[in-house]
Amino acid sequence: MIELHNVSKYFGERQVLKSINTQFEEGKVNLIIGRSGSGKTVMMKSLIGLLVPEEGEILYSGRNFNQFTAKEKQDLRTEMGMVYQGSALFDSMTIQENVMFPLTMLTDQKYDEKLERVNFCLKRVDLEGTNSLFPDELSGGMKKRAAIARAIACNPKYLFCDEPNSGLDPKTSLLIDELIFEITHEFGITTVVNTHDINSVITIGETISFVYQGTLAWRGDKDHVLTSDCETLNDFIFAQPLTQRIRDLS
Amino acid sequence: MIKRFLETVGEYFIFLGKVFSKPAKRSEFFRRLIDEMNSMGVGSLLIVCIVAICMGSVITTQTALQIESPWIPKWTLGFTVRTSVVMELCPTIITLLLVGNLGSRITSEIGSMRVTEQIDALEVMGINPASFLVLPKIVAALITIPILIIIAIFFALVGGYITVIVTHVSSPYEFYDGLTSFFRMYDLVYVLTKTTIFAFVLSSVSSFYGYRIKGGALELGKANVNGIVVSSFIILVLNLVITSIML
Repeated sequence: MIELHNVSKYFGERQVLKSINTQFEEGKVNLIIGRSGSGKTVMMKSLIGLLVPEEGEILYSGRNFNQFTAKEKQDLRTEMGMVYQGSALFDSMTIQENVMFPLTMLTDQKYDEKLERVNFCLKRVDLEGTNSLFPDELSGGMKKRAAIARAIACNPKYLFCDEPNSGLDPKTSLLIDELIFEITHEFGITTVVNTHDINSVITIGETISFVYQGTLAWRGDKDHVLTSDCETLNDFIFAQPLTQRIRDLS
Repeated sequence: MIKRFLETVGEYFIFLGKVFSKPAKRSEFFRRLIDEMNSMGVGSLLIVCIVAICMGSVITTQTALQIESPWIPKWTLGFTVRTSVVMELCPTIITLLLVGNLGSRITSEIGSMRVTEQIDALEVMGINPASFLVLPKIVAALITIPILIIIAIFFALVGGYITVIVTHVSSPYEFYDGLTSFFRMYDLVYVLTKTTIFAFVLSSVSSFYGYRIKGGALELGKANVNGIVVSSFIILVLNLVITSIML
């Protein structure tokens, strides 16, 4: 489990995260939702240690991440997989090399073992046969799937996804959501997804943390997100004419 | 402004501290080193040879025009061309050319990796991105740039020799005699010391400017320009310092 206790982050005078308290449960898909600029990405970057919060604690299985030694942080990071908004695949490497990269750097496996694992991961994300292609030759959805394959290559304990659906059509977004959900449960991963996609919220949000202007405005799950009393959450969820219409009809 | 300058210098040394840490995987380091040496050395060889031949040819023609007096020994042309080319022109001018060629490529490569979050991805994997990406580049530059300079010196002298043959500003025998006269091994030590230091500045400063980019494509362009300007400036100042100390 990952816990945030009174986490605050400042950029100069501006406070971006204001005393956030939340937790991300083990073996579940945990969503961080909110409008653009609400502090979701800062929260995600603080979780993985790319930003250091000025106040508060981030606990991984009860241990404060920011008090880890450099070696301990590095060891923990080998248990993390991350899917970036822009995929962040290495452009100079083929898809096979991209997925194999963490295995090469972090394990002592032989080439055949690594190749077997790469092919398994690519098959799992439905990208068989793309081994020799370069990221530029893939569509947006395929890049996201390749990024997921790379993220799960080393059997991570934690999977972080930063807006995995951005720039994708609704159908592909749904496929990515399903893939994240299935992988989380298949491998028992603790997944944290940063999103503002309402479809993701109502389909895969086993726990949902709603961030509004740097504060945690609401916490719950997909079964309660549509019926909450939180005004700012309702403004966010029912912002689109389509969702407003569905609410009015129901 | 002074505060900003000191902060940048501090950041540069902290960056070097990260770069010179033990590589995560030695085999991967050597694989990347070979790739970098290939791309730096082979990739720059043609342009270096062309510029060196032109430079040798021009310096021969100009020197010949200045020393037409019958009182000056005939071998002076070859000697002067060799001294100018070996001691100053090739090490400094070719390195400045490489700053524009290799330096901007290094800044763009690392900068675009930063902008597209590839460096963040390395960090989250538990890999030290500074060491993984930059150390092979610095070591490759330290090996290949002195070799490129030696090759450039050879081609500049060949360029001068061809000019003598074609334009008859001197006899080829006297020119060759001048090229080989009064050679000191210390000159070679001086040239290699200078180019090794220049290679370090070129690769580390260009990498630093790429690595610290915050923002998007616009910042990448700015970083590229800053990397070239700062590297060139440091190289020229160090040239003065090294020359004062070693000669």
